[in-house]
Amino acid sequence: MGCRDNGYPSYVSNMAPCLALLDCNNFYVSCERVFNPSLQGKPVIVLSNNDGCVIARSNEVKALGVKMGAPFFQVQPLVRKYKIQVYSSNYALYGDLSQRVMVLLGELVPVCEVYSIDEAFLDLSLADGSSAKFAYQIRTIIRKWTKIPVSLGLGRTKVLAKIANRVAKQVPEYEGVFDLTTVDPEPVLAKVDVQDVWGVGYRYAKALRQQGIETALQLRNAPQGWIKQRFGVTLLRIVLELQGIPCIPLELCPTPKKGITCSRSFGRPVEQLAELKEAVATYTTRAAEKLRQENLAASVLTTFIMTNRFKEEPRYSNSATVTLPVATDDTAELIHYALCGAEAIYRPGFSFIKAGVMLLNLGPVSLVQSNFFDTRDRERYRLLMSTIDQINHRFGTGTIQFAAAGLKKTWKMRASNRSPRFTTRWDELPRVKA
Amino acid sequence: MPENSSPTPITNNSWVSGAFRPDYTTRYEFPLYLERVSAGFPSPADDHLDRKLDLNELLIEHPSATFFVRVSGDSMLKACVHPNDVLVVDQSLEPRDGNVVIAVVNGELTVKRLCKQGKRLLLMAENDDYPAIEIHEEMDLLIWGVVTTVIHRM
Repeated sequence: MGCRDNGYPSYVSNMAPCLALLDCNNFYVSCERVFNPSLQGKPVIVLSNNDGCVIARSNEVKALGVKMGAPFFQVQPLVRKYKIQVYSSNYALYGDLSQRVMVLLGELVPVCEVYSIDEAFLDLSLADGSSAKFAYQIRTIIRKWTKIPVSLGLGRTKVLAKIANRVAKQVPEYEGVFDLTTVDPEPVLAKVDVQDVWGVGYRYAKALRQQGIETALQLRNAPQGWIKQRFGVTLLRIVLELQGIPCIPLELCPTPKKGITCSRSFGRPVEQLAELKEAVATYTTRAAEKLRQENLAASVLTTFIMTNRFKEEPRYSNSATVTLPVATDDTAELIHYALCGAEAIYRPGFSFIKAGVMLLNLGPVSLVQSNFFDTRDRERYRLLMSTIDQINHRFGTGTIQFAAAGLKKTWKMRASNRSPRFTTRWDELPRVKA
Repeated sequence: MPENSSPTPITNNSWVSGAFRPDYTTRYEFPLYLERVSAGFPSPADDHLDRKLDLNELLIEHPSATFFVRVSGDSMLKACVHPNDVLVVDQSLEPRDGNVVIAVVNGELTVKRLCKQGKRLLLMAENDDYPAIEIHEEMDLLIWGVVTTVIHRM
């Protein structure tokens, strides 16, 4: 759709734009609390894949000073002392609840860009200026329908909406909604560290601080010509957005994927080639499923393996890239190439901690051209994959697997304390007491 | 193993070139129904074929707000809610007097019938062996959702 000069789609009329960033409070923790209401008010953390580090903290845990990403072993003493409830990540649950929130949001707000699993940008421009009231209603409805608490920050631009969202979360009196379009932004921006501005990362922040720019307000007031010359047009856009001039439009059509990767760390070090191949086959299966979901085919595949960078032991990391004769989305074919790659780069005597597969050079599967020497019956295998996908969709992921992916999978990551998949498995439904 | 595979030394991110075809020396036949199973004659009903009945359509009004839960216990037998039944719970509905609801009582999800008697609020069981729970002001009551359907396997 066309954009007007100010970067806004032309269906937004001439009223002053009002964007909002909606995000779910402590999303993974909130998901765990939906079916386990006794967790309300209690300190809860959720751990990353392999129970390695903390990826979600409840407010009670934040108050104890636990940082995002803290390694779990470091947090153990606090867990024991304050009886913090620990959960392994339950992505089946989080993904389902996220979808519910986003679908509901899409019904309430016509113009909506889903930004991540728990964030969305909304266009809340309303002719009568009742955007904040609408935001409160959205918050109430989402809380009621899905039990997920959300916060909304309103601003003229995405960058300002993000800042407003932080304020909404930090100040309980605002009850989850803060409107930066109806107040003087300067005192608010003066309290925001420049590194916390969306789009300003560690390196930009360091350089800016050296020039005396430490707050969002100072960045906003910086001379535009100098910013563009010294830091480039990306930072200039952020400065303009801080001034209330929209430069980053809502992305309503997601850009097509450039690559699909599947990789995980192992639950324990893997030394045998056979186990490594099982893992690579498993990750390839998952990546291929994603490929088919997007109706894409890949013509380049990279397998990579690595040892633990942080341990005092012999290090080895390598990858093998294969150009496929014909672009494909067929799991069996991809597994074969991925395993050849794994065999080629494997070296005995190392403890591998991670492996992965990258599918690259993606293109629409309908445009795949075979070559003269291709002997594979692609129609037949396409039907087979479609059948397998349907069965796995109906009966659960992994109902039908390729033998190369292994049956026991003892290398699989730990998830020792994962809650049941309450919303995606019939045999894991929440129980209610009659 | 693939044919024509000369052991090419692979270094970081190098491109593997050369003929490299998957091995097809073994084959397993899987019967796949590649053609539609046809009735063998043009059915007089073809022009009137209606759509398929979908239980989701019948039972779920607000998908984003609808959850399934499983029942433990027998305090709601007279309401036809048996142990191990699946309940369809709609969180978007306003709980009304007389609705069977899921309530959070003492941190637990419980299924009871909501009763308003004048100023009193009660969670009633549907089984003479169980008493009603009266909700006092100090109690922390949250109505988690309204039960719209009970799915009971005979």
